Amino acid sequence: MCLAIPAQIVRLLPESDLATADVSGVQRTVNVALLSDHNLAVGDWVLIHVGFAISKVDEVEARTSLEFLESMGQAYRDEIDALMQSEAEEGSG
Amino acid sequence: MTEQQVLERIEHARRAKAVLREERITMAHGAGGKASRTLVDAVFLEAFRNPLLEPLEDQAVFELNGTRFALTTDSFVVSPLFFPGGNVGDLAVNGTVNDLAVCGARPLYLTAGFILEEGFPTADLKRIAHSMAEAAAAAGVAIVAGDTKVVPRGKADGCFINTSGVGVLAADPPLRASRVTPGDAILVSGPIGDHGTSILLARGELDLVSDLRSDTAPLWDLVQTMLQAAPGIHAMRDATRGGVATVLNEIATSAGVAMTIDETAIPVRREVRGACEILGIDPLYVACEGRLVAFVDAAVAPAILSAMHAHPLGQHAAIIGKVNAAPSGMVLVRTQFGGTRIVDLLVGDPLPRIC
Amino acid sequence: MRFVDEFRNQAIARDVAAEIEHLVEPGRQYRFMEVCGGHTHTIYKHGVEDYLPPAITLVHGPGCPVCVIPMGRIDDAIHIARQPGVLLATFGDMLRVPGGHGSFLDANALGADVRMVYSPMDALRLAKRNPDRRVVFMAIGFETTAPSTALTLLQAEREAVDNFAVFCNHVTIVPAIKAILDSPDLRLDGFLGPGHVSTAIGCRPYEFIANNYRRPVVVAGFEPLDILQSIHMLLRQLAEGRCEVENQYKRVVGREGNRNSLDAIRTTMELRPYFEWRGLGFISHSALKLRDAYARFDAERIFEIPGVRVADPKACQCGEVLKGVLKPWQCKVFGTACTPETPIGTCMVSSEGACAAYYNFGRFTRIHTQEAVR
Repeated sequence: MCLAIPAQIVRLLPESDLATADVSGVQRTVNVALLSDHNLAVGDWVLIHVGFAISKVDEVEARTSLEFLESMGQAYRDEIDALMQSEAEEGSG
Repeated sequence: MTEQQVLERIEHARRAKAVLREERITMAHGAGGKASRTLVDAVFLEAFRNPLLEPLEDQAVFELNGTRFALTTDSFVVSPLFFPGGNVGDLAVNGTVNDLAVCGARPLYLTAGFILEEGFPTADLKRIAHSMAEAAAAAGVAIVAGDTKVVPRGKADGCFINTSGVGVLAADPPLRASRVTPGDAILVSGPIGDHGTSILLARGELDLVSDLRSDTAPLWDLVQTMLQAAPGIHAMRDATRGGVATVLNEIATSAGVAMTIDETAIPVRREVRGACEILGIDPLYVACEGRLVAFVDAAVAPAILSAMHAHPLGQHAAIIGKVNAAPSGMVLVRTQFGGTRIVDLLVGDPLPRIC
Repeated sequence: MRFVDEFRNQAIARDVAAEIEHLVEPGRQYRFMEVCGGHTHTIYKHGVEDYLPPAITLVHGPGCPVCVIPMGRIDDAIHIARQPGVLLATFGDMLRVPGGHGSFLDANALGADVRMVYSPMDALRLAKRNPDRRVVFMAIGFETTAPSTALTLLQAEREAVDNFAVFCNHVTIVPAIKAILDSPDLRLDGFLGPGHVSTAIGCRPYEFIANNYRRPVVVAGFEPLDILQSIHMLLRQLAEGRCEVENQYKRVVGREGNRNSLDAIRTTMELRPYFEWRGLGFISHSALKLRDAYARFDAERIFEIPGVRVADPKACQCGEVLKGVLKPWQCKVFGTACTPETPIGTCMVSSEGACAAYYNFGRFTRIHTQEAVR
């Protein structure tokens, strides 16, 4: 719940609680104090909500999620193919 | 009650006569959405009712001694007065020119009335006037009459401008919402939401920074190019306050048709998208100041589109959807995701969401 | 847009939808509650239901922090806004919510100064720039937003911004879910858990739902593919006889949550003994207030608020919609007396309210939209 959007850190500001985050070319200063354990670096992606970074976006997990989603379809298609194949074989027997 | 019965009840309520319930004006009444429409219907249409006003188009069209004229008026209260891409003066000239252009009238003469706040810098006023002169020259119009009033400090936000504009009909028949027909293609002349987003960012309250500029521009030249490309243009509107969604809804209601839009076909700059995602606003509702929406016979749409692409203000023009017969008055969007949703008029200003 | 567009992919959606059809038991009806207002908004904005078979019903829950604020609290906020010298700063969603005597927008028309801000830090900045005004921030939201208010209070304290105050209406999600589960008139087969709240509190707090109430939970992201995948995961749990808390939103949510967020809340706020939720009544330990150490920033202690309990209008059925007992269109006044222009209740005003989402986006059934689009 609550509108939060992935943004990329493009600058870390000397007052260590602040950073500049970019969403498709629009930039805003965000407070990153909640992610002080994460050693944020320029290029990292974070989730921003009302001007604060509330979580880091784990790019590996994102990739894994997408691959799983993509494979779901593939597994289903393979199953259908196998089904059609076996029906065809039965039919021709 | 079944869901179907509820939906019918809603549609019936939507078409019912507007009733103004509020005792006082709120900001919602000025946003160009439902509240604005109710105000216009319940107060102004009620009081002024006449055949020229009733279509509630952006301009009135009438005939005098064999010549058909278009007449319009507009007011400009933008804040901040100076923003990336222009200032209130540019908006005043281009906005008025465009209100005339979209019915197919060549804009000729403008008037400009100024309401100035005590304490407003004269240097700023000169800048505004200079911009208006340049915009008028670029649009091929002359500012031929004006007025100036000054009100005490605090009674106006710097500088308010009211305009009127008159032009001569070049399109025959004139472009009117009533001509929109099922099967028509819906075109937009370029990326949407630039102006509103630039203004929102320029206000500085939201602390968002980008390279976005207002898209304010005079559209008569583009309209003329389109008119000359092929017959079969039925209606046009410039998408200002309330954005493209408001134009689509107004025409759908006025013409008694439905529309289906393809979300992925709508041109939007990535920065507009980014700002809108951050704030939770839909770009379809964000104001433009130099974009038109056109409803054209499907057969000629490709030719019109080519003509637009060849024009500097139409380079990113696109066909974004089509007009259907039913359900009447409804605008639907096929989303990027492949689902469908309704795009209705908002009540007031799109408000940034937090959650 | 990265991490957004990939999760709006149509081709993948069709595949997941096919998998979902595959998992649905013939003849069985499924009712899943999506707790968050953000989920409701996504579902309607993108047309997610177009991908679901009729056997699956999505029930909208109480996770819309604007929707659950009782009218009396709005009146209290307006009372504060009308005090001399006060500038009330609030999120945009709140501006048109009706209290007993009108909304913030109406109060502005009568001379109050209520302004929209995007961040609580913007409110703090307003306070610093306007030392002659008392700036009060209307703090709303679940555990997603409370840490942001907390950090703002800590900064106000560090910088001694004495003219800044917070009117705290933060609420917590677990008691609301429990109230739903204890509702006698509700049948649910599973939950789409609140994705962004979970960035703060993690996934463990929902284990009681699976363990004690025997309903599966999937903590879900907010893009349409996240929702489809989460529904798929719920169906798999049911098909395989499992009942656990799973995390679909792993790219952003960890099992343990964010200690910094929880610490910030704990330092500045504490639980109220009870709080009134619109539609759900009084729930104990479900809302936050400022700790004594922050009393000088607490609007409730600075101003004498009326604290009058205002009953919802008789016609209003927001409570039942928030509990998922009624679908928006089943409310007696939906679409007639209660419309976005003339809202009776919060569900119709908030852009994440189920009624607003349904009225503005989803009014036509799946069948109708498919006909119209053909």
